[in-house]
Amino acid sequence: MLKHATKRILGLGLSETRSSAPAVTRILPRFYHERVVDHYNNPRNVGAFDKNDPTVGTGLVGAPACGDVMKLQIKVDEETGKITDACFKTFGCGSAIASSSVATEWVKGKQMEEVLTIKNTEIAKHLSLPPVKLHCSMLAEDAIKAAVKDYETKRGKSVETASSTTVKA
Amino acid sequence: MASKVLAAAVRRSLSPRIPTSIRSLSTAAAAVAEPFDETAGISMKGVKISGRPLYLDMQATSPVDPRVLDAMLPYFVSRYGNPHSRTHLYGWESDEAVEVARAQVANLINASPKEIVFTSGATECNNISVKGVMHFYKEKKKHGVGALYMRRRPRIRVEPQMNGGGQERGIRSGTVPTPLVVGMGAACELAMKEMEYDEKRVTKLKDRMLNGIRDRLDGVVVNGSTESRYAGNLNLSFAYVEGESLLMGLKEVAVSSGSACTSASLEPSYVLRALGVDEDMAHTSIRFGIGRFTTEEEIDKAIELTVNQVEKLREMSPLYEMVKEGIDIKSIQWSQH
Repeated sequence: MLKHATKRILGLGLSETRSSAPAVTRILPRFYHERVVDHYNNPRNVGAFDKNDPTVGTGLVGAPACGDVMKLQIKVDEETGKITDACFKTFGCGSAIASSSVATEWVKGKQMEEVLTIKNTEIAKHLSLPPVKLHCSMLAEDAIKAAVKDYETKRGKSVETASSTTVKA
Repeated sequence: MASKVLAAAVRRSLSPRIPTSIRSLSTAAAAVAEPFDETAGISMKGVKISGRPLYLDMQATSPVDPRVLDAMLPYFVSRYGNPHSRTHLYGWESDEAVEVARAQVANLINASPKEIVFTSGATECNNISVKGVMHFYKEKKKHGVGALYMRRRPRIRVEPQMNGGGQERGIRSGTVPTPLVVGMGAACELAMKEMEYDEKRVTKLKDRMLNGIRDRLDGVVVNGSTESRYAGNLNLSFAYVEGESLLMGLKEVAVSSGSACTSASLEPSYVLRALGVDEDMAHTSIRFGIGRFTTEEEIDKAIELTVNQVEKLREMSPLYEMVKEGIDIKSIQWSQH
C-alpha cells in the first residue's frame, strides 16, 4: 500500500516538475508533423476496388523486406480520362501511410497526365517529412505512376507523358 | 524517512497548480506556454494523449524502488561527504556506505567485494572490458551507476579508461558517487531477496499478456527463444503490420520497437536478424517490458490498446489483404527501389 501510495504521489509530483520547464519549440528528431498524425488517426480513402474492373488501375510498390508496401488504386472515367476515385492500403510507418493517403487525395478529380506530374517533394513538403522519411514520399509518387501505368496497360494504350492529347478508344 | 518524503510530496500535489512557469518566462514565451491542466491531457511532439502512458519499456529503464530511494536519500541531503575524504566524519561515513554497497553487490553474484569496481554504467563497463583488452563479466544497473566484476584469481590485467586520482584501485578514477552506489547496493540486496518472487510474478504477467493478445489476434510471433529468455521481455511480431506505425498508435503505452523506421537506416534490428527473424517480419516487432511495478490492470489495458491498433492497421494493410485472398506473399516479386 505504501508502495502504491508513493508511486501515485511521486508520479503526480514528477508531472508537476515537468510542466515548470519553459516551453521551447525546436525541431526534435522523430517529431511527427500534425498532418502526419492526422492522416494516421483519420485515414482518408482506405479501401480497395475490384482489381479486375477495367476502369481501375492498381499500383503496388515497395517490399516487405524494406518495411514499406503501398497499394494505390484509381478509378478512371473512360470518357474523360479523369480520376473519379482513389483508395489505398499501406504497410509502413506513419509517414508512409500519410504519404499514400495524401496521394489518394491529390489524384482525385485530376486527369491522368496531370497526376503523373505530382512530385514526391510536394508530398514531403505538405507533410513536413524529415530527410530520413523522404523515401516514403518517393514511394507514394511511384505508386501513383504504377497505378496509371496499370490502367493504361489494361486499356492497351501507351501513356503520352509529354503531350496533352489523349487517344480515345 | 519515507513518511517525510511522502508528506512533502502530498503537500506539493495538494497545493493549487499555479502556473509558476509563466512567471519565469518573457511575455512572448508566456503566450505560448500553457499551464498543466489535468483534464486537457498531455500534448508533446505533435501527439495528444489523455494522461501519462502506461510504462512497459522496462528494458530501457525502470522506476526506482521506493525502498532504494529511501536508502539513497540521506546520502544526498545529510551524509553528503566524499568517500575519499580521509580527514573527517563525512568522508568516513560515506566511505563506509560505499563499502557496504560493494559487499551487497558482490553478494548478489557470489563474488568477493574486492572484485567489484564501480563505474558510471554498463557502457563504461563495456569500454573497460573490451578496450581494456580483457573479457569480464559485467553487471549493469541503470540510473548512472554500474559495477564491473573483475576476477581476482587468476588476476586480470586491464588498462584504465578513466585516468585521474587513482580511485577504485586505479581501475576507474573519479569520485565514487556515494548515493548512487548506495542505491545500487540496496537494489542488489532487494534483488537477491525478491528475485524468485519477482520472476514468478513477471512470468505470470507475461503469460497474461501473451494469452490476452493471442486470444484476439492471429499472426503473433514471439521473437527469440521461449525458454531461455528473461520473462519480462516480451518481443512480439505482429504479421502484416509495421512496427513504427503500430507505435504511433500506441502513444498511451510506452513501448519500443525493433523496426527499421525507428533507426536512421532502413535496416531492421540486427539483433532480430541474428535471432533468425524473417526480413519482412523484422519490421513488425514491438518490445513490451514488464517489471516489478507492472500491474494486471496495466497489462489488460495494454492488451486492449494493442489489439485495437493492430486490427485497425491490418485493415489498412495490403499484405493482410493478400493473405486473406489466399496469395502467398513470399511468392511475389516485389519492386525493389
